[in-house]
Amino acid sequence: MLLRTKLHGKTYEFPDIRVLMGKANEEKSGDQLAGVAATTAAERIAARLILAEVPLWLLRENPAIPYDQDEVTRVIQDAVDESIFEEIRVWTVGEFREWLLDDATSAEMIRRISDGLTAEMVAAVTKLMSNLDLIYASRKIHVSAHCNNTIGAPGTLSSRLQPNHPTDSPEGIRAEIYEGLSFGAGDSVIGINPADDSYSSVARLLDMTHDIIKSWEIPTQNCVLAHVTTQMKCLQSGSPVGLVFQSIAGSQKGNESFGISVGMLDEAYALAQKHCYPSGPNFMYFETGQGSALSADAHNGWDQLTLEARNYGLAKRYHPFQVNTVVGFIGPEYLYDANQIQRAGLEDHFMGKLTGIPMGVDACYTNHAKADQNAIENLAVLLTAAGCNYFMAIPMGDDSMLSYQTTSYHDTPTLRQLFKARPAREFEVWLESIGLMKNGMLTDKAGDPTFFLKR
Amino acid sequence: MDDAKINAIVEAVIQQLIAAGAVSTTGLDVKTVQESQRAGHTNATGTSASEHLSARTGRNAAQPVNFDLPDPNDDAYRYRPGVKNPIDPAALPELIKSTSARIGVGRAGPRYRTPSLLLFQADHAITQDALHRDIDSKLLEELGLFSVQTRITGGKEQYLLRPDLGRQLSDEAKKVIAERCVKSPNIQLVVGDGLSAAAIEANLRQIFPVMVQGFQSAGLSIGTPFYVKYCRVGVMNDIGEVIKPDVVILLIGERPGLGRAESMSAYMGYKPQAGDNDADRDVVCNIYEKNGTNPLEAGAFIVQLAQKMLKYQASGVKLKLATK
Repeated sequence: MLLRTKLHGKTYEFPDIRVLMGKANEEKSGDQLAGVAATTAAERIAARLILAEVPLWLLRENPAIPYDQDEVTRVIQDAVDESIFEEIRVWTVGEFREWLLDDATSAEMIRRISDGLTAEMVAAVTKLMSNLDLIYASRKIHVSAHCNNTIGAPGTLSSRLQPNHPTDSPEGIRAEIYEGLSFGAGDSVIGINPADDSYSSVARLLDMTHDIIKSWEIPTQNCVLAHVTTQMKCLQSGSPVGLVFQSIAGSQKGNESFGISVGMLDEAYALAQKHCYPSGPNFMYFETGQGSALSADAHNGWDQLTLEARNYGLAKRYHPFQVNTVVGFIGPEYLYDANQIQRAGLEDHFMGKLTGIPMGVDACYTNHAKADQNAIENLAVLLTAAGCNYFMAIPMGDDSMLSYQTTSYHDTPTLRQLFKARPAREFEVWLESIGLMKNGMLTDKAGDPTFFLKR
Repeated sequence: MDDAKINAIVEAVIQQLIAAGAVSTTGLDVKTVQESQRAGHTNATGTSASEHLSARTGRNAAQPVNFDLPDPNDDAYRYRPGVKNPIDPAALPELIKSTSARIGVGRAGPRYRTPSLLLFQADHAITQDALHRDIDSKLLEELGLFSVQTRITGGKEQYLLRPDLGRQLSDEAKKVIAERCVKSPNIQLVVGDGLSAAAIEANLRQIFPVMVQGFQSAGLSIGTPFYVKYCRVGVMNDIGEVIKPDVVILLIGERPGLGRAESMSAYMGYKPQAGDNDADRDVVCNIYEKNGTNPLEAGAFIVQLAQKMLKYQASGVKLKLATK
């Protein structure tokens, strides 16, 4: 394989697709840590010049981890619709980019092509997109899903109500849920990250959140984001589970570090279809994030963007209700500053949609990253313009359990009003029926948690 | 909870706040600020406002302009309800008290009210200052700790970007430790800055003597303690290799939470060596005075845990299995 170009009179040559893919990325501290990043700005563009000429079939033949060594590769390759792939196999990555942006290419056409793609093709085209390209192309693609309500319909913006508490206090969590609901949050899910992963504690939180949903007849679903095995036990024991959650990685080895496998997820999915109380048909919830495979030394020498694209290929197998990248959570050694977090957030959102899954973003940062709340507010505006399905909603964006900052209860209504977006339809009808929203605006009663003490 | 009980609790809280001088003082100051702002004065010194402008604003030019604000970090300010006209004003403080999350904050349109916005920014500021500051060398002198460094040579930025280098002692550090430290003690105490030097400063004076006394009265030998700059937890492996102690205890600053830079962890490992990872270690985390594990109690607990490691000759997952 010869991968060579001249640029500004200098010759650049890359030994294989793996190296080419790494060097073509926008600058990321994680790729530098992994030793796969371009060493000069010109080398980065040289890699892109070649990548733009690479046909899609060559990417299919070069998965990040060989087919016989990795079950995530097998999941993705086996799911390819061969007749659709046949239509696009000779496209170059550069042509693919232009096709996505073309005025004649509709949302339906992109959704159809999704089934002929592998993660490496999705990642490759992303590397050639500017930020505004990513926003524009994402906006074209709508992926909606249904559990108790509908997420991702055009013109809607939802939020996950994330009422975390450092000790899982039911009273504290209940108070946070009331505050969140009063801001119109929670149409994607009422989802708690538990401090205590034990069965009894998780089951208690499922019961408590389900009680609130029932007594206020809220068209949403609950979820306690414990390890999937704990949730499976809850399902088998008859706990009211709305969505089944798990963090996933882009390689078999990465998933092993999370204590999961494709077989285990298959089993969880079957249990969810059988026992989750909502009507469905979408019951699964996954979280991802660039750098997770590298942090488990499970990246096989590939760049973090490609590993992230593989997450979405894996998630697609389970027809999820929602998937979100937790884009700034991992820390500055993978995404150093606001610029890198913003870029990664736009990339991940686009890649998820192009893969064909309903995509949200946890636009966030940790206190040791070079970022702040302004950076996250900026990213949320960009992602809303890009048609993101949902954001996190946390009291003032400050997660008192996980010690990181993300978007807030206030942010979703602000973005809705700014972009004339609405909550999920069923949820909006509910908000209007109890008097918290009118014509897409919060009413005078909104923002008061004591509103929910009367029932 | 019935109304009578809620009212009684609220009444008690208000009485406490009045007793502490919080309610009336805060209320007055806020009023003063608002009145001043309404009058258009943003100059805090009040000395440069020209007389004809003050005439326009209706202020008596002789009246001084003083801002002397209370610390917004005080609980009376931090937990003050921000909801305008709540349906159940008596219950609101109860909801706020039930969680450390920032609820009951109200809104200005769909956005934050000014006090809660500024409090958030104040809390973020503390974490940023903690992250980028070096430890106070006086503290190290006071406790007799000499200082070595990991392979980080490019300051805090490199420290954040290269966790792998922060897990290894520099060659110089290995040499100094080999020269100065007692070999093969039962207990080796090490202090590292981690992601918050402020956490070490907040807790070390209290926890350190408790641990030393605890180990002494248990008849265990204590090695020569020292401080590691630009420290990650994995550095315990190198320390184990050079000193060969039974148990290494690393006190290290945690990643600052919003408004909380003083949280420290103690990582502990039995005979740590190259290749050990988190599964081979135990950790006592959230060590800090207010709402965390009190450093005195943590010190006592660490002594007990170290004794258990010595007894079972194991730590981490192996210790869990051994004591099952």
